[in-house]
Amino acid sequence: MNTPDQSPLTSHESPSYSPLGYPTNLLAPGQTYETVNKTIAEIPLSHAPMSWRFGFFVAFLLLMMFLVAITWLFAKGVGIWGVNIPVAWGFAIVNFVWWVGIAHAGTFISAILLLLFQHWRTAINRFTEAMTLFAVACAGLMPLLHLGRPWVFYWLFPYPDTMGVWPQFRSPLVWDVFAVGTYFTISLLFWYLGLVPDLATVRDRARKLWQKKVYGFFALGWRNSASHWQRHQVAYLLLAGLATPLVLSVHSVVSFDFSVALVPGWHSTIFPPYFVAGAIYSGFEMSLNIVIPVRKIYHLEHLITERYLNNMANIMLATGMIVAYGYFIEAFMAWYSGDIFERYMMMNRAFGPYGWVFWTLMLFNVLVPQALWSARIRRNTVALFIVALFINAGMWIERFVIVITSLNRDFTPSAWHMFSPTRWDWMTLFGSVGLFLTLQFLFIRLVPMISISETRELVAEREKATIK
Amino acid sequence: MAQLFSPRANVHSRVIVFGVVVLVCGAGWATSTIYWSPYTTYVGVPLDQPVPFSHKHHVGDDGIDCRYCHSSVEKSAFAGLPSTQTCMTCHSQIFNDAPVLAAVRQSLSTSAPLKWNRVHDLPGYVYFNHSIHVAKGIGCSTCHGRIDQMPLTQKTQTLYMKWCLDCHREPQKYIRPRDKVFDVAWQPPPDQQVEGAKLVTRYHVDTTGHLTNCGTCHR
Repeated sequence: MNTPDQSPLTSHESPSYSPLGYPTNLLAPGQTYETVNKTIAEIPLSHAPMSWRFGFFVAFLLLMMFLVAITWLFAKGVGIWGVNIPVAWGFAIVNFVWWVGIAHAGTFISAILLLLFQHWRTAINRFTEAMTLFAVACAGLMPLLHLGRPWVFYWLFPYPDTMGVWPQFRSPLVWDVFAVGTYFTISLLFWYLGLVPDLATVRDRARKLWQKKVYGFFALGWRNSASHWQRHQVAYLLLAGLATPLVLSVHSVVSFDFSVALVPGWHSTIFPPYFVAGAIYSGFEMSLNIVIPVRKIYHLEHLITERYLNNMANIMLATGMIVAYGYFIEAFMAWYSGDIFERYMMMNRAFGPYGWVFWTLMLFNVLVPQALWSARIRRNTVALFIVALFINAGMWIERFVIVITSLNRDFTPSAWHMFSPTRWDWMTLFGSVGLFLTLQFLFIRLVPMISISETRELVAEREKATIK
Repeated sequence: MAQLFSPRANVHSRVIVFGVVVLVCGAGWATSTIYWSPYTTYVGVPLDQPVPFSHKHHVGDDGIDCRYCHSSVEKSAFAGLPSTQTCMTCHSQIFNDAPVLAAVRQSLSTSAPLKWNRVHDLPGYVYFNHSIHVAKGIGCSTCHGRIDQMPLTQKTQTLYMKWCLDCHREPQKYIRPRDKVFDVAWQPPPDQQVEGAKLVTRYHVDTTGHLTNCGTCHR
């Protein structure tokens, strides 16, 4: 992954590096500070294109559907969903894990790639950080909706209550609250900190006074001075350092929700690494699903060059292989353990009543991504988008397989029962997609969606490289 | 570029930033205060009753035993409220035409019981049994306070779950000898922890965690 600069995709110019090690081909040729400023900062300052309006309209409709689904849920209780004993964890938990997973690309790209000097994060980090925030918001809602009494959700927090009891600190469900809460806080701070210089750029380019005031307020009086930059960079690196362990910890904790339980199909030591790989996998797939259309609609091909898409596809391929290894190890351990319940779980998963879901998962998450070995697919944005879409669905199906097929036939055959989602389950799933997309559309509309200051850095580094 | 904000904007933003912190902390403090105040708990707040019955007079001045009126306290979950006839064992003779007791006389003549307002009203999802507490050496005054000094009956404890658990976790802090259960003036000795622990053993109070199981009170 460190040397993708020798890839055949460097269509614009031969690869070379600036003195600080920035590859010069991250940007299309001919970019200057002013073109970068203009391209990115003008988007929030000018009228939204028709495609944005249409997309926002659709997303908002889905969001309203979510509102209906939640209102009815609060009025009637979780009985409107398909959940029942033994499948007490249904779509809400599937959606939760799916969304938390999607949230992982943001921190991975922002923090880990920053610390590893992977400069191909520049044009996509803002997107993915925003995506992280919105995905965590969707994820955080799910367990609350899943509560029988959602109005006492705050019992999850340790506060001096009148009951004299603390949350069960030995339960991974409580660890979840802290893991996801920390993750959201750090992601928000990181995202906002990176935004500050860019908001100042937008402020300075704004033509209307109220725009200047609003962006100026959020730019916190940024004046582009050297001492501002020095402090900004220190804070940014510190936050990156803090966020890095979270990439690994959050989804590990989410995986504990399952692996700490004794249910066959959940009780497995492979879960934490396999979940983290799956999270990064799904994060990158969702990033591609958003970046590719946005890049096309807003004509950002010269900023988000093929190099980015190619690298993201490579990461997807790598993490996809780890996830496939996880699937394999699960099956292998079921056989190798010699435990009849484990073995039966695996047989039931692959050949039981939900077998077709399992094989769809194998197709979407293991077979389809193999197309990414081909440079032609990675270079073709439409093909890449479709592959990412398959994986997106595949990752949701993966969580469905883990949650549902493990629960529906557990130790006691007399308790076996099938789970079938109701229309409210589906409305909650697609409604949460509506929430995610609505927030994403607002983000694209209101703030610079690519880091202006970091892109200018690329311009500066390229100039240095040319002088050399 | 012209100045967007006046120099005062700095002050405003600081006030907002710190104001939000103060507001959030203040809201937490206010919530906690309200939850622990008599406004919510009714500790020390007498309720309206059909007759202004004084425990101070009956228990403190006259020395009537608790069980004379609350006759089922040793045998059942509910301590029991006296029937009008119990009142009339004395009040047919003394204060038999006092205006304040008109409601009692009317109750007797119509055979309709007095409708007292419950002072210690546990939620329906809490199982509570008086007899086991009395049998294991938990005295009346531990929960009901110095009833012999109350002209009007009121709560002295919040009855919050935290309060229940305080004793269920460490019964030795409150347990007393069985013969002192109905002694409203009983005070814990200085070595209550030691004496209490002995009583816990002697009365076979379960210390293996059964007392703090959810199902002990929420059945």
